[in-house]
Amino acid sequence: MNPLTLFFQSAFIDNLALSFFLGMCTFLAVSRRVKTAFGLGVAMFAVMTITVPVSQLVHEHLLRPGALAWAGQPDLDLGHLGLICYIGVIAAIVQILEMVLDRYVPALFRALGIFLPLLTVNCAILGASLFMVERGLSFGESVVYGAGSGLGWALAVVALAAIRERLRYAEPPEGLDGLGLAFIVVGLMSLAYMSFAGVVPG
Amino acid sequence: MKSEHAFTRPLLADNPITVQVLGICSALAVTKTLATALVMSAAVTFVLALASLAISLLRRHIPRATRLILQITIIATLVMVADLFLQAYAPEMSRRLSVFVGLIVTNCIVLGRAESFAMHHAPGESLVDAIGNALGYTLVLCTIGAFRELFGAGALLGMTILRPVAEGGWFHPIELLLLPPSAFFLLGLFVWAQRRFAKRDGGQP
Repeated sequence: MNPLTLFFQSAFIDNLALSFFLGMCTFLAVSRRVKTAFGLGVAMFAVMTITVPVSQLVHEHLLRPGALAWAGQPDLDLGHLGLICYIGVIAAIVQILEMVLDRYVPALFRALGIFLPLLTVNCAILGASLFMVERGLSFGESVVYGAGSGLGWALAVVALAAIRERLRYAEPPEGLDGLGLAFIVVGLMSLAYMSFAGVVPG
Repeated sequence: MKSEHAFTRPLLADNPITVQVLGICSALAVTKTLATALVMSAAVTFVLALASLAISLLRRHIPRATRLILQITIIATLVMVADLFLQAYAPEMSRRLSVFVGLIVTNCIVLGRAESFAMHHAPGESLVDAIGNALGYTLVLCTIGAFRELFGAGALLGMTILRPVAEGGWFHPIELLLLPPSAFFLLGLFVWAQRRFAKRDGGQP
């Protein structure tokens, strides 16, 4: 697939937050203010751009049926260990990223704060890895897919935070304010994102 | 805490989805039909109950520093069992649920109950708490799943209840309900209704 098409498709049409509902817990919890949402978006983009290709390498060279031919085990299929391996990859990368940022870019590290470790249990990241395997992407494609998905998620969370900042001045019916209203706003955003579907033919 | 209390509280008053706002990701994605919602709920119940039990049994031996990794490993193992079981005995259902069974690993309900309840309570209580929370999850999932399938396609569990116009009946299916955004609208309305009633009965919203 054309890299540009794949990028656009993963960022907008197959947006992980708005069409697959992934990473919703963080998506709703951290979208009260644009500033924090932006920090989270950056962290998400960075982690996803790195973890999806690394998971691809793990899948291609260790887990895929016949992947262990180089070790003299051509019949071995370790596909069922996928979940544990990907979550391990994600946890390890988040940890490494945390150390690198702390050492070289302390300002960004402080700005991200608690969001970075929390990304380990964010289902959007694990979901991106699982989708990558399900669709059988190559290494190059997985880099594009990871970056596109991360960017799409970041844009969506910043947009939602901007809407919710405005909504603070609205007067919703009693009981609907807060969580209920946030759900309905996300629903409307998701409806709007569906209109991207016609942009890429096929 | 009394065990009946631990069991009934998560059903509505402290529902994991609408009040604690945990585990929403999967709740929205699998509610297009009642059948997928039921299977997903069963998988979550299985993982949640056994993970809480196992973590509660091990709670005195888990060091604080490495507890997250240990908890995730236990949960991931159980999820793998559930996923492989579905692939073997219900391959069609497994395809429809796509990656969402695997994503129970990162479902915040499981980790949340393990971290906030099972780590500090005896195995019996933890099991009751886990099943209560799983039923709360099931309740929301099945309500939304049933509503979407009934009014979106005029059927329940694949059986036609309201005969659509296309098949000579009278019912115009509301196709919006089959699209992803409707899950958000329904969940928003669910939260709204629940908070209204909680307030009227004098409880905390």
